Amino acid sequence: MHDLGGKQGFGPVRYTLNAPAFHASWEVRANSLYAFAVGCGIFNMDEYRHAIERMEPRHYLAASYYERSLTGMATLCVEKGLVTPKELEQRAQGAFPLAIPSAPGRTNTATCKTFKSGDRVRVREDYVPGHVRMPAYIRGKAGIVVGASPAYPFPDGHAHGIEAKDEPTYDVRFRSEDLWPNS
Amino acid sequence: MSGSTQGQRAASIEQRVSAVQALLDDRGLNASAAVKELDRLAQEQWVPQNGARVVARAWTDPAFRKRLLTDGRSAVIELGLTMPKHHRHLVVLENTPTVHNVICCTQCSCTAFTLLGLPPDWYKDFEYRARIVRQSRTVLKEMGLNLPAHIEIRVWDTTADTRYMVLPVQPAETIGWPEERLASIVTRDSMIGVSRP
Repeated sequence: MHDLGGKQGFGPVRYTLNAPAFHASWEVRANSLYAFAVGCGIFNMDEYRHAIERMEPRHYLAASYYERSLTGMATLCVEKGLVTPKELEQRAQGAFPLAIPSAPGRTNTATCKTFKSGDRVRVREDYVPGHVRMPAYIRGKAGIVVGASPAYPFPDGHAHGIEAKDEPTYDVRFRSEDLWPNS
Repeated sequence: MSGSTQGQRAASIEQRVSAVQALLDDRGLNASAAVKELDRLAQEQWVPQNGARVVARAWTDPAFRKRLLTDGRSAVIELGLTMPKHHRHLVVLENTPTVHNVICCTQCSCTAFTLLGLPPDWYKDFEYRARIVRQSRTVLKEMGLNLPAHIEIRVWDTTADTRYMVLPVQPAETIGWPEERLASIVTRDSMIGVSRP
């Protein structure tokens, strides 16, 4: 459910001036708990994002942002062997829904091309069962490289605890007419 | 949903948060103490005034502006600001009279939170995530920013660990103001790109 870019059916943004980041103290704590877990190496950011993405779709859509955060982190604490679902439910005194187990991830491809600003590139038409950071709305589309970032661990592997060598990441500019022609 | 939860009434979200925290404490990780400090950082230290300082400095110091646009992370660290380790790169997006930048994260809610503050509720909502990439001009208009047709809109989707912030155009009437006063007119939303100072 998480890959929402371009998804239709949503209404106006519920925008207010000086909108808060948090609405309740448990939200602050949920945010701090995941940051704490990342900080002490229980899981990495890619695993965390992927755990949220693996939430059952109806739960994902119904949960608030920080409930999704908590569900992702609790799922990982279970998967890393730190706690059991039973312990979570006993402590919470009720059901504690977790995310769905992961599909397999993938490691780096054998060859990694590098690009420079101005290069025209096309996004691969990959359909990945595990974690991927490519939003669906750019799959197969052509764009222009406009910036390069330092190398990062390959998220498709890093989110699954398998080999994830650093790879360069690029800012690529797409024209909206190419992404959503005639819209 | 999944797991051993069938037939059981869901625990409240507060109980679930407390359960995770208590179990981490039980494992000797001392989560409660760390969380207290992280709560403070999230509410008092990682605030949009940090980004506003960066913008005000860029408006008043051309050499800094150049460094900021070349290597954002090093430039904000110069000002005594911090970014987490996994934010390895900060790209500062310069608005001009003909280009307007706006940031989003369609897949979650990634932001340069140490500079802009933890993201506002609407930034994390499905409406903004789904629509800003596809209907940017319409969505900005709905949010109160009606950009003339000659201004190109560039939407930056935070799909990697690179972080973005918008450097707004300095309003003409503020030329010559001191840096602190300039910082006071720079809002979080203008650094996200859904409003202008």
